[in-house]
Amino acid sequence: MSHYIPKNEKHEREILDALEIVSFEELVSIIPNQLRVKNGLLGLEKGISEHELNVYIDSLHQGEDFAKKSLCFSGGGVYDHFVPKVIDFLSSRSEFNTAYTPYQPEVSQGTLQYIYEFQSMICELSGLDISNASLYDGASALAEACSLSLAHTGNKKILISKMVNPVYIDVVKTYLKYREVEIKMLPEINGITDIQKVSNMEMNDVACIVIQSPNFYGYIENWNKYSKLLEKHKGLLVSVSDPISLSILQSPGKSNADIYVGEGQCLGNHLSYGGPNLGLFAIKENLKRKLPGRVVGMTNDMNNKKGFVLTLQTREQHIRRSRATSNICTNQGLLALRAVIYMSLLGKEGMPNLAKLCFNKAQYAAEKISKIDGFELFSDRRDFIKEFTVKTKYSSKKIYQKLEEEGFLFDCIDDNLIKFSFTEKRSKKDIDKLVESLRLYHE
Amino acid sequence: MDLPDNIKYTEDHEWVAIDNDVVTVGITDFAQSELGDIIFVEFPEEGMTVNQKESIGTLEAVKTVADIFSPLSGYILELNESLESTPELINEDPYKDGWILKIKISNREELKSLLSNLDYKKIIK
Repeated sequence: MSHYIPKNEKHEREILDALEIVSFEELVSIIPNQLRVKNGLLGLEKGISEHELNVYIDSLHQGEDFAKKSLCFSGGGVYDHFVPKVIDFLSSRSEFNTAYTPYQPEVSQGTLQYIYEFQSMICELSGLDISNASLYDGASALAEACSLSLAHTGNKKILISKMVNPVYIDVVKTYLKYREVEIKMLPEINGITDIQKVSNMEMNDVACIVIQSPNFYGYIENWNKYSKLLEKHKGLLVSVSDPISLSILQSPGKSNADIYVGEGQCLGNHLSYGGPNLGLFAIKENLKRKLPGRVVGMTNDMNNKKGFVLTLQTREQHIRRSRATSNICTNQGLLALRAVIYMSLLGKEGMPNLAKLCFNKAQYAAEKISKIDGFELFSDRRDFIKEFTVKTKYSSKKIYQKLEEEGFLFDCIDDNLIKFSFTEKRSKKDIDKLVESLRLYHE
Repeated sequence: MDLPDNIKYTEDHEWVAIDNDVVTVGITDFAQSELGDIIFVEFPEEGMTVNQKESIGTLEAVKTVADIFSPLSGYILELNESLESTPELINEDPYKDGWILKIKISNREELKSLLSNLDYKKIIK
């Protein structure tokens, strides 16, 4: 285990001296010999990662049960990424361990500082000017983005691509049910939104166009083309994207989108049976008076020392009352904290490397699955990063029932459409196992 | 409390300076002192048609937000753009540099509904 404990010989000597003993052996001599792990018995290889170590140790103590444990190939916004232990450790410290932005916020400078850092990172990732302190989840963040667009433009029509996560679309419809808004779905062609058809639509009375990339089927969309359609109109472009995939895509800001929303669960947060999640929300500066949620700013106090404050509060319902364009005055503080720790651990190189790792695994799996009789890729496109959609001649529900018994989780999109998602946690062995199960599948 | 007698007032604490069919609109000294430091003015669009008593914008103070009501019907002729960078002019000089917008009025009959400085003084007592 010495590779996982940061000590050297000097430290060891100091510890032994403090304990007034001469050797490590003397320290553990109280443990009966037959209960000790003999040198090399754990069989740990040198230089393996934290995740590999966890998997290995789990397999030792869970024995056969471990082999039956589910392999998660499920995605669609919420992903089984690896969560480093240090995130659980830091986020559970008593100074941080609350989901709330405090009611007397300026007293809690540490809380405000991590939110400020979180906002800065989301701005960098999205290429936009201002991020809020987070919202409840990706779906409600999208609904807030639509609501902002309605307030900003005064228009009443929302165009949403059919390739946006259907759960998000449902939430938008629920949110806007009594607002007398027309929600129009944009058609799909070969796995992406049909830009040709959208180009022919009237844009005068549009509040916003919503385009997700990578979209729900996994493919990359071109935000630029949609921002061009809106160039001479008031309507806003709302971009939806997985933040890890975003680290290797052209940012919403560079693509001239006005709003970015995303689901931040994948940034260091556990699956937790479906929630809580973390809504990401960033905008161009000209929309700041209509930004929903809390915002932390950095300023100088009367002694000219750096400090953090809640800012632009006149947007919020406790001040703007009935004129407020959003009624959300809270955020997902604890999950945003975990996200900010996660992003700082991975850094500028780690995030894109992680996305590339997922990309390679998904591409490898797609190659294999496309060759199985009865299964083919939904489209000949290969521009997917973490997940892709498969067409099958079988019933997707029946496949799911069978494969779930064998320990696989994945997504059924439609009667004959299934989707597989790949994170860095899925090894080549895991993928080969999935491919083999699909190969042996018959109805 | 400064209440010049050469301009008219409204119950919504605005003042109106009349020059033929063009009126200049601002908020009264009383209103600015009640609101406190004004930090942002949300304007209507130039050229927009407005109705008397309709909300056409907002004033943001540090701890509150107030509507700007159109004192008369007509259309927005001009906005005081210097308020975009220096909204504090409303606090410093509410009747001159702190003017908010100009309206080209469409119904002179409505002028009768405006208050004199003495009438307005009774309201804020």
